Amino acid sequence: MQASAKTTSARPTSAVILEAIRRYSVLLILLGIGLVFTLGSDRFLTPSNLMNIAVQTSIIAIIAIGMTFVILTAGIDLSVGSVVALCGALAAGLAVRQELGTFTGIGLALLAGAAVGVINGLLVVRGKMPPFVATLSTLAIARGLTLVYTEGRPISGIDERFTFLGSGEILGIATPVIILAIVFVIAYIVLRSTRFGNYVYATGGNEEVSRLAGVRTSIITLSVYIISGFLAALGGVLLVARLWSAQPNAAVGLELDAIAAPVLGGVSLFGGVGNVTGALVGAFILGILSNGLNLMGVPSFWQQVIKGVVLILAVMLDVFTKRRR
Amino acid sequence: MAETNDFLRMEGISKSFPGVQALQEVNFEVTRGEIHALVGENGAGKSTLMKVLTGALHLDEGRIILRGEPVEIHSPSDSQELGISMIHQELSLIPYLNVGKNVYLGREPRRRIPGFIDWKKLYSQTQELLGQLNLDVRARAEAQDLSIAQQQMVEVAKALSIEADLIAMDEPTSSLTDRETEVLFDVMRKLRDQGVAIIFITHRLEEVFEVSDRITVLRDGRHIATAPTAELNHNQVVQLMVGRELDNMYPYSETKERGVALQADDLADGQELHGVSLELQGGQILGVAGLVGAGRTALAETLFGLRQATAGEIHIDGQVVKLHSAKQAIEHGLGFVPEDRKLQGLFLNMAVRENITMSSTSLVSNFGFVNTNKANKLADEYVDKLDIRTPSLRQRIRNLSGGNQQKVIIARWLTLKPRVLILDEPTRGVDVGAKAEIHGLMRQLAEDGVAVLMISSELPEIIGVSDRILVMHEGRVTGRFERDEASQDMIMHAATGGDNNAS
Repeated sequence: MQASAKTTSARPTSAVILEAIRRYSVLLILLGIGLVFTLGSDRFLTPSNLMNIAVQTSIIAIIAIGMTFVILTAGIDLSVGSVVALCGALAAGLAVRQELGTFTGIGLALLAGAAVGVINGLLVVRGKMPPFVATLSTLAIARGLTLVYTEGRPISGIDERFTFLGSGEILGIATPVIILAIVFVIAYIVLRSTRFGNYVYATGGNEEVSRLAGVRTSIITLSVYIISGFLAALGGVLLVARLWSAQPNAAVGLELDAIAAPVLGGVSLFGGVGNVTGALVGAFILGILSNGLNLMGVPSFWQQVIKGVVLILAVMLDVFTKRRR
Repeated sequence: MAETNDFLRMEGISKSFPGVQALQEVNFEVTRGEIHALVGENGAGKSTLMKVLTGALHLDEGRIILRGEPVEIHSPSDSQELGISMIHQELSLIPYLNVGKNVYLGREPRRRIPGFIDWKKLYSQTQELLGQLNLDVRARAEAQDLSIAQQQMVEVAKALSIEADLIAMDEPTSSLTDRETEVLFDVMRKLRDQGVAIIFITHRLEEVFEVSDRITVLRDGRHIATAPTAELNHNQVVQLMVGRELDNMYPYSETKERGVALQADDLADGQELHGVSLELQGGQILGVAGLVGAGRTALAETLFGLRQATAGEIHIDGQVVKLHSAKQAIEHGLGFVPEDRKLQGLFLNMAVRENITMSSTSLVSNFGFVNTNKANKLADEYVDKLDIRTPSLRQRIRNLSGGNQQKVIIARWLTLKPRVLILDEPTRGVDVGAKAEIHGLMRQLAEDGVAVLMISSELPEIIGVSDRILVMHEGRVTGRFERDEASQDMIMHAATGGDNNAS
């Protein structure tokens, strides 16, 4: 009797606190890191630097949002870095070299990104390949095609309408940040309120159960790779717009940050758990880390080490609070 | 004329998998307003037949006639549109989704904007269904936070939400308590009276006789018999299922006691176990009974070192031992056959041989290299001894029946010659014939001097197999009985809390 009375009275408070820590853990980490940098550098907490961080983070955040859809279905998309390079090169090349114009070039590049997504999705759904292997293959293929298309040289000469996407402003807000905001809001609503979004979670939670419930899981799986490919292409276009040229070796290894961001934000690699808000916060943790460490004069080699350590700490906090639940 | 009465007719259904004829020209009819029990041993084809009906599998031959019209069912959504709903054998809730999302998965109420879900409606309808089932669960609770029994009732809610004309239930009661089973039966009867056709699959024949109107028996993928429940008795059904007479379900022979092999004093784990004492003699079977959540598995895991004891002592052969891991428990001569075969007991993708010899690699290897001859010899020995039915030692374990899988796990422990063997629900999901063999095996082990601790939720098994019986309720012992003095009523009384006198 005593024991049971004790446990029932003790459970609520500790459980509530743990639940709160668990739910807002990434946000706490973000604020904590921000506080450290605010104290460490007087140039950190200024409007211009914050906008700078937002611009720098927007591309990786957009790609991380696409990655979140894939990871929610318990998949992974390793090809995003190569797709960024390929589609960036295509957008610039089609616009400048093939003289198709900026809009057509960008439009075709975005379609090409979606097409890589279709291939990834078909390899997984029809080819029954593990997503890791399927997208590892397309990572190599897309990078190879980029080098073939660019002949290993940068493509420059894009016009103002193109660069506006990367360096312009609307009402004082940088264009990439506005595009990120639009992508985020759409992704948020899709995952939260639509049947498609619900089925993304269901497919990742248990594909067989979803199938038996009448969910067409193959279409859901195919779709998330298309979304990821499309958003990676969008990221590629924005990158070219910001750098004023397409680099054949752009975004090598970018898939790691694109995966790290949702994972930092509590999206489970086993599928079915997490949301795009987490991915956004995760992307900003990575962005603030780079920016703050730069301002504090930490050498870039060490920055890599610190990023890795933060990833470990964030995931451990998540695992720890979950186990205690 | 009789034809028009049948709501569903399945005619000449055949289905084969590579190497197995799962169904062979099976006929099966269900009428409106009846509860039709479908029984048979594991592998008899019940689940396959239901999967064909619900579109999860495609039939090779035969036809399905629904409401007098031939229908083609190619997918689960086809069958739902035809008014067929299914409760699958494996729990099919998605752990991270909440109850409402699970119940309406694939059929969410829509809003006027295409593609959007009306969450408000979804949750209020779910809550209503849960109310009908007397289930005290919030529609927004995550499925993973529910007990197994609650999850099973949510499955029922899911089936009801379709407002189907035909509901197929594949072992819906396997993890329900008696009270919850009664609630489910009431719901089933109510639905039947409303004209719904119900197909009920269960391994518990008592339930068949309690609730069903007709019985169909399948064996080895063939239709054996269909008859009104009132015209059959328990033994006849068992005979039809097995195809032979079972001489003795519970072989028993008095064994002499050989001293206390395992003793626990006031054992607690700080969570589910609140002071349990027991004494287990070599050469005896101690049955541990109780309801789901009584702490029986916690007891087994604490004895085996998988959970840390926060209070109390464990004695093995009179010596006090501290167990911090399964490895230590094994070194002290303990073995543990866990409740969930597939998750905790088997290397599903490995062969029978590897599954048997995995724990005793030192016996079958030289200088760290596995010696195939030795492994074959050891595995062969136990395949013979335990009568494990497998085409070869290299057969993948996942292709064996549940009963044979269980025997392989027991064989793995026997290679270590344990002093004490703990078995958690050793016959769950095992068919009648294999069940009797496992009972015989436990008795044989006891005769060889092993101390056997068997956890079981089936009272006839507890009473039939055990030398002594211990009953648990909420982490405490609420009853201790000798073999001769125990009855099902007494055990149930203790398991539901009893007088709290013993311990």
